Amino acid sequence: MTILTETEDGPLVLSPEQIEELGRELDELRAAIVADLGERDREYLYSIIKAQRGFEIAGRGLMYLGFLPPFWLAAVAALSVSKILDNMEIGHNVMHGQYDWMREPGLNSRVFEWDNVCPADQWKHSHNYLHHTYTNIHNKDRDIGYFVLRMDEGQSWNVLRLGQPLYAFVLMMLFEWGVMGHDLEIENILSGEKKWPEVKQLILGQWRKASRQVLKDYLVFPVLTGPLFFHTLAGNVTANLVRNVWAFAIIFCGHFPTGVQTFTEEETADETRGEWYIRQMLGSANITGSKLFHIMSGNLSHQIEHHLFPDLPASRYPEIAPTVRALCEKYGLPYNTGSLGKQIGSVWKKIFKLALPSRMVGSEPSPGVIVMRQRKASEVGV
Amino acid sequence: MVDLINLVQTLTSPHSLDRYLELVRPTLTVRDMRAEITHTDRSVPGSVTLTLRPTRQWKGHTAGQYVQIGVVIDGVRHARCYSPVDPENGRDRRIQLTVKAHPGGLVSQFLYRDATPGMVVDLTPADGVFRLPGQRPERVLLISGGSGITPVLSMLRTLADEGHRGEVVFLHYAKSAEVVPHRIELDAIARRHQNFRIELRHPWRSGRAATRVDPGAPGVDLAPEQGSGYFDYDELERVAPWFAEAQTYVCGPRSLMNAVRKVYEAEQLDDRLHTEEFTLSVAPIDATETYGTVNFSASGVSADNTGATLLEQAESAGLTPEYGCRMGICFSCTAVRRTGCTRNVRTGESDSDPDQPIQLCISAPVGDVEIDI
Ligand code: FES
Repeated sequence: MTILTETEDGPLVLSPEQIEELGRELDELRAAIVADLGERDREYLYSIIKAQRGFEIAGRGLMYLGFLPPFWLAAVAALSVSKILDNMEIGHNVMHGQYDWMREPGLNSRVFEWDNVCPADQWKHSHNYLHHTYTNIHNKDRDIGYFVLRMDEGQSWNVLRLGQPLYAFVLMMLFEWGVMGHDLEIENILSGEKKWPEVKQLILGQWRKASRQVLKDYLVFPVLTGPLFFHTLAGNVTANLVRNVWAFAIIFCGHFPTGVQTFTEEETADETRGEWYIRQMLGSANITGSKLFHIMSGNLSHQIEHHLFPDLPASRYPEIAPTVRALCEKYGLPYNTGSLGKQIGSVWKKIFKLALPSRMVGSEPSPGVIVMRQRKASEVGV
Repeated sequence: MVDLINLVQTLTSPHSLDRYLELVRPTLTVRDMRAEITHTDRSVPGSVTLTLRPTRQWKGHTAGQYVQIGVVIDGVRHARCYSPVDPENGRDRRIQLTVKAHPGGLVSQFLYRDATPGMVVDLTPADGVFRLPGQRPERVLLISGGSGITPVLSMLRTLADEGHRGEVVFLHYAKSAEVVPHRIELDAIARRHQNFRIELRHPWRSGRAATRVDPGAPGVDLAPEQGSGYFDYDELERVAPWFAEAQTYVCGPRSLMNAVRKVYEAEQLDDRLHTEEFTLSVAPIDATETYGTVNFSASGVSADNTGATLLEQAESAGLTPEYGCRMGICFSCTAVRRTGCTRNVRTGESDSDPDQPIQLCISAPVGDVEIDI
């Protein structure tokens, strides 16, 4: 692949002044949106919630006709859409605090729960905090391969990596369970870094949350359809699978397509706010698509904008995307985007390729924006 | 019933049943209480009286208590406390709130301008210890100022409804006679109950002549004003010479409360004085000034406000609140600000609505703040 940021005289180098200027421009963009938040955003969120609840009720209802294949399919489709909306455009975004400003008690990030086996508080820790603060930093962002996969050449190869396409497939199918286990940090338990009392708390929380989900989808609703128990059970399993596959696809397109950059702890120590912004941009990738596609992806198709401003309502990302893109162009930075096909294709290519040792497949030229650092006390902490 | 709701909630889990029902009709809820505005009355300049019909969870109020109502303004839900002005009503599903449109008061201005019948608001159960005891005191003195009239009006109307036999004096301070809400009720009570005495004061009025509100109502404004027109010992002696044997309830602006408290303290009658402060949350003039005390209420620790973020101040006070990014993006540090004003150091905005979740790592206290950690 080409190095997106290659210029005539080598890789792109950004000076500390340029970085701070870019940071300032992004801060301004954020402030403009914050000042404009209001009724429109509220109505949007409620319209999505209404649609989601509608699909959910339709899906559950149609299961009563599940003995007729077209109705079974319609039921699964409706329920899948409902779960996707719940997890992505509603759950993910509400739990990011994107709608906390509305002061709607039920839509506050502190209390919101989603239709997923992973408890909200654990997800907020592993995702909102660890992943969003340390995006693409090796050994800190646990989303790089979720410690199951080798998604970057910086991760070492061993013979177990050969099975990686299979692991990825299993992770895709069981994605919600993978997400649930994420905050356990199994490797830290094995290394003894995480102690039993803490692990016990996490497991208890998972048990509480997951058992309710399982009871609802795999027992109560099937029982309620009486003789159609197995039809409904199969329908609910399928809807959860569809949601898993979809979420996996969208999320893996966020940071793993070709062209995204990863970082080391040394490179990112004592980051300034501007440097933090740059890292978010270089480490994320977008997906192009229709309005409906963006909604169904929870606007994570605008991963770059999401990583710059994780607490702004996601429905605003499409409208700020042109500005973000223009800023990238202004500074010669890559703006990694492409169709779902292109992005997911490059993700799977990476999964297969990195299953093999680097000397067999050669290493890709790593996309390199060189960020000139001026060492000074952290400004990241605001 | 409750079991059935729990069963249904297994099906709607992780959301509560109300999150579904409210999409059909906002007042159709099993747990959450709401109220529909059935009537609005703007006949008194500068204030609006709302008649509300709460959903069936409403358990009534005790005279003097308050409720909180929540409304959406510009997409943001805001809640404010108001005292019902109607008599204690048992389980009657109807309450009246009189809302004075305060300059700069977001919610009161909104209600004054935009409240219409059919509008649905959030409602909390009646609460507060400022209330008449179940065993009614023989003699009751009620003192209020401005919009502080609402809780004591409820007390007055309750006593009137019950045909209270003892002596009751109601002393109210207002800018002018026209802005006193519920004058018809006051007049009617004064006319019907010989043992009730109602006095209105308008010390801000030029000329300061006592206004006879209604010549047919002997109780109202009967005494021509003497002295300053403001509350003092002489005034108290004049309207309720028996005040030492009475229970006194006061609600109004701080200046009035202080004046009353001073007299009662001097007389060593503080235990017979019941007060409810009526304060407006006003944004401070200079949000970056550093003063006041930060009270970490859940841990019982207080510290002088250093001007740093609440997360840093909590940590230097020896507490270990939860946090993550420390830069305002992860919301791990969110905690509830009970009272006081905080400034968002990222946007510069300050806010003082009570009981709001805020991000500790990007919020700095402005003056006295109580935070629930
Ligand atoms: S610690 Fe992350 S928002 Fe405060």
